[in-house]
Amino acid sequence: MTLAASGRYDPWADALRAAALLAIDPDGLKGAIVRALPGPPRDAWLAALRAMLPADAPMRRAPAHIDDERLLGGLDLAATLAAGRPVSSRGLLSESDGGVVVLAMAERCSSATGARIAMALDAGEVVGRDDRHAARFMLIALEEGVESDERAPDVLAERMAFALDLDGVRVLSTAMPTAAQIAAARVDLSRMKAADNRIIESICTAAGAFGVNSARAAMFTLRAARAAAALAGRGVVEDEDLSLAARLVLAPRARSAPPDQAPEPAPPPEESADDSTPVDQAEANAAADRVVDAVQSALPAEFLAQFLEARAERRVEARSRGAGAAAKSARRGRPLGARAGTLRTGERLDLVATLRAAAPWQPLRRREAVASSAALVLVRRGDFRIRRFVQRLESTIIVVVDASGSAALQRLAEAKGAVETLLADAYVTRARVALIAFRDSSAEMLLPPTRSLSRAKRALAELPGGGTTPLATAIDAASVLAQSERAKGRTPLIVFLTDGRGNVGRDGATGRVQAEADALVSARGVRAANLAAVFIDTSPRMRPGAGALAAEMGAVYAPLPFVEAGAVASVVRAHAPARR
Amino acid sequence: MRAVFPFSAIVGQDDMKRALLIAAVDPGIGGVMVFGDRGTGKSTAVRALAALLPQMRATKGCVYHCDPDADAGACTEDCPSRSAKGAVKTELLPTPVVDLPLGATEDRVVGALDLEQALTRGEKRFEPGLLAKAHRGFLYIDEVNLLEDHLVDLLLDVAASGENVVEREGLSVRHPARFVLIGSGNPEEGELRPQLLDRFGLSVDVKTPSVLADRVAVVRQRDAFDRDPKGFVAAWTKKDAAVRAKIEKARASRGDVALPDEAVERASALCMKIGSDGLRGELTLIRAARAYAALEGAEAVTDAHLRAVAIPALQHRLRRNPLDDVGSAPRIERALAEMFDA
Repeated sequence: MTLAASGRYDPWADALRAAALLAIDPDGLKGAIVRALPGPPRDAWLAALRAMLPADAPMRRAPAHIDDERLLGGLDLAATLAAGRPVSSRGLLSESDGGVVVLAMAERCSSATGARIAMALDAGEVVGRDDRHAARFMLIALEEGVESDERAPDVLAERMAFALDLDGVRVLSTAMPTAAQIAAARVDLSRMKAADNRIIESICTAAGAFGVNSARAAMFTLRAARAAAALAGRGVVEDEDLSLAARLVLAPRARSAPPDQAPEPAPPPEESADDSTPVDQAEANAAADRVVDAVQSALPAEFLAQFLEARAERRVEARSRGAGAAAKSARRGRPLGARAGTLRTGERLDLVATLRAAAPWQPLRRREAVASSAALVLVRRGDFRIRRFVQRLESTIIVVVDASGSAALQRLAEAKGAVETLLADAYVTRARVALIAFRDSSAEMLLPPTRSLSRAKRALAELPGGGTTPLATAIDAASVLAQSERAKGRTPLIVFLTDGRGNVGRDGATGRVQAEADALVSARGVRAANLAAVFIDTSPRMRPGAGALAAEMGAVYAPLPFVEAGAVASVVRAHAPARR
Repeated sequence: MRAVFPFSAIVGQDDMKRALLIAAVDPGIGGVMVFGDRGTGKSTAVRALAALLPQMRATKGCVYHCDPDADAGACTEDCPSRSAKGAVKTELLPTPVVDLPLGATEDRVVGALDLEQALTRGEKRFEPGLLAKAHRGFLYIDEVNLLEDHLVDLLLDVAASGENVVEREGLSVRHPARFVLIGSGNPEEGELRPQLLDRFGLSVDVKTPSVLADRVAVVRQRDAFDRDPKGFVAAWTKKDAAVRAKIEKARASRGDVALPDEAVERASALCMKIGSDGLRGELTLIRAARAYAALEGAEAVTDAHLRAVAIPALQHRLRRNPLDDVGSAPRIERALAEMFDA
């Protein structure tokens, strides 16, 4: 399945087609993730989308840190104060009814904000305290993350039909449909008949082949295909429409290789035939194959090798940013109620809470107040309520395990047990766990930082062992990971499970002397970076060398000759970053 | 009002549907936790159930839409049932289903001082929150495993006691808040605390159908609904009405379903065999079996009923060894097979 085999694949043309389909059926397709740094491709795409929409359709930009009041509507503070009674205002989502909401920097959007937007997308309306407003909008989530794990919340990603990657895409002057053509296609779409079984079956088969299980994805594919047919002025969905829809909807969601690439258990076709004749069946299969081909043509060539795995991981990873310990902060993070306090620099007043505090005293104060006071609400210093925010403060435990030598298998099994034990109470300790194993000449990250036990189990199912000991490389790898975790605002803790006897140097050459010298240098790097570490010495007899290495990296030294999962976990727990 | 996808048109997902129906028959079961991937129809099922539930008779003018029979006199002071002389006026209301969004503030959930009353009249008045809205209905939390801890604790506490007690901002209010808590979550995104999980009465796993025909059916139904919501709902009205009638009948007959001693013994033996902690599992198992028997129109709880509800009632209460890859459900299944097939 090379790109050549299935014809040229032009990402820009496809991106424009996606915009056209969105403009035709915004209710059904809901929106798109657009991954690109700010620049000409992104601006050009947004402009193209705008041009295809009715002239009066609103297009509103929402920052990722938008607060709920503004998003969903709530109390209009100025009007409330002027009127002396609560005046509610409409939120951005309902103001964008019939138009587009552009969520800027969607990767910074919290899962809570994501969940609210998702609810509005599902319901097509926003429910306020006493009223409900229509909010049928199309969502364009702009992802600007540089790191691959900086992604929009999954709760949103799942609910939008398309995901376009415009980074590095060349903007060509491609002919695109006019607003009038789109409007005509909208009318055609509403007149189109229900899709026949063959179409739905081929969509479901293709989705299954790529490991796309969500029923939403299949629905999106069907609706995109129908919109494509309407755009082309056809009354029925043709293969061409189906291919385009599958390329746009299924390819970005693909999680596994289709059956001819990897033995993915595809649903046996005969099970599907309850009301179709064998001839239909053969046709459906052929159509499904063409859809699978279309998806493959949109996938980068190296997709099936590693890209795919990385993508699946990234998705989970980006999402599991969810919960963690929280540090109370005056300025940043998610709001956490309000408390009484004085207004100092940098603190934010919670107006509603302040008014609530002042409210019961109004009649009393009015009686006392000087007659000339024109204030509608009499607020005293004691009424001030200060907003408090919570900031996520997570910790990451990086377990670095020596997979070399004869004791490797047992040690690995116990390290795996320790990782799982740590994850089992990750909810309480609020920690993520990562696992790096080292042997021969490299250190390999077997488990990227995660909080999910079920995911860890999958990743840890097979651990290779044996070979030489590249200790320095492992220390470096752990140090890099720890620093990148710290850059993300998490507190790392490195746990080494080794006997401290390296025999492969940094350059990959075997030799105990050079290897141990390199290990010491790497260890110093850990201390210089001020990273917390625990060194669990697994050698049957204690050796001064291991202790020295631990001291060099400023690690807590814990000799544990009989490695056992429970003991490792308790050592780590004792040294884990304090919960706050 | 937007049309809601009909409950009876949902393809497959029998475990989830059964658990929801049991909770509808016996709200005292303690809520349902639904684990599963996105796009498996969790939210659809909950909303569909809500649309299908029989209307409830409520005290007219009561903000908590309290039950004229059960809550009489027990509601808050400003409830008309307290001051009315003679018969209380009532009205028929749909069963409430309240969505609790992630990141909801405590104010919004529990209720807070009514700003309008306080500012304009200087009166201290309580403005009820989502818990009051959910009284006698369902409270649905998508992604309960991402909800703030203190909110989850609060919810579970209210769900267990059936009463919301507010002591804040000079307010001292208690009002009835009996609701069925329905949580959903994806285990890939972090585990749920065990003590929290234990408080849910039933727990079910939903999976994407693995048979192509089912998938096609899901898409076709959904597509038909999207194209013509009103027509689709109309086409399923009869089937939904049948389910509604079944719920109503089961609600009425639930108390009359006999519970033979041997069924209780079977339940206890099963719990001992699989080593579930505490008595909550046994109690829920029996309660769920009874509600299910009522749904099936049976006169007494039999082995078949116990068997049908054993996994949802018990699978989340087993002590799990994190190093054990086998889930709880197969363990229960094995125990069931040994006990009942012997």
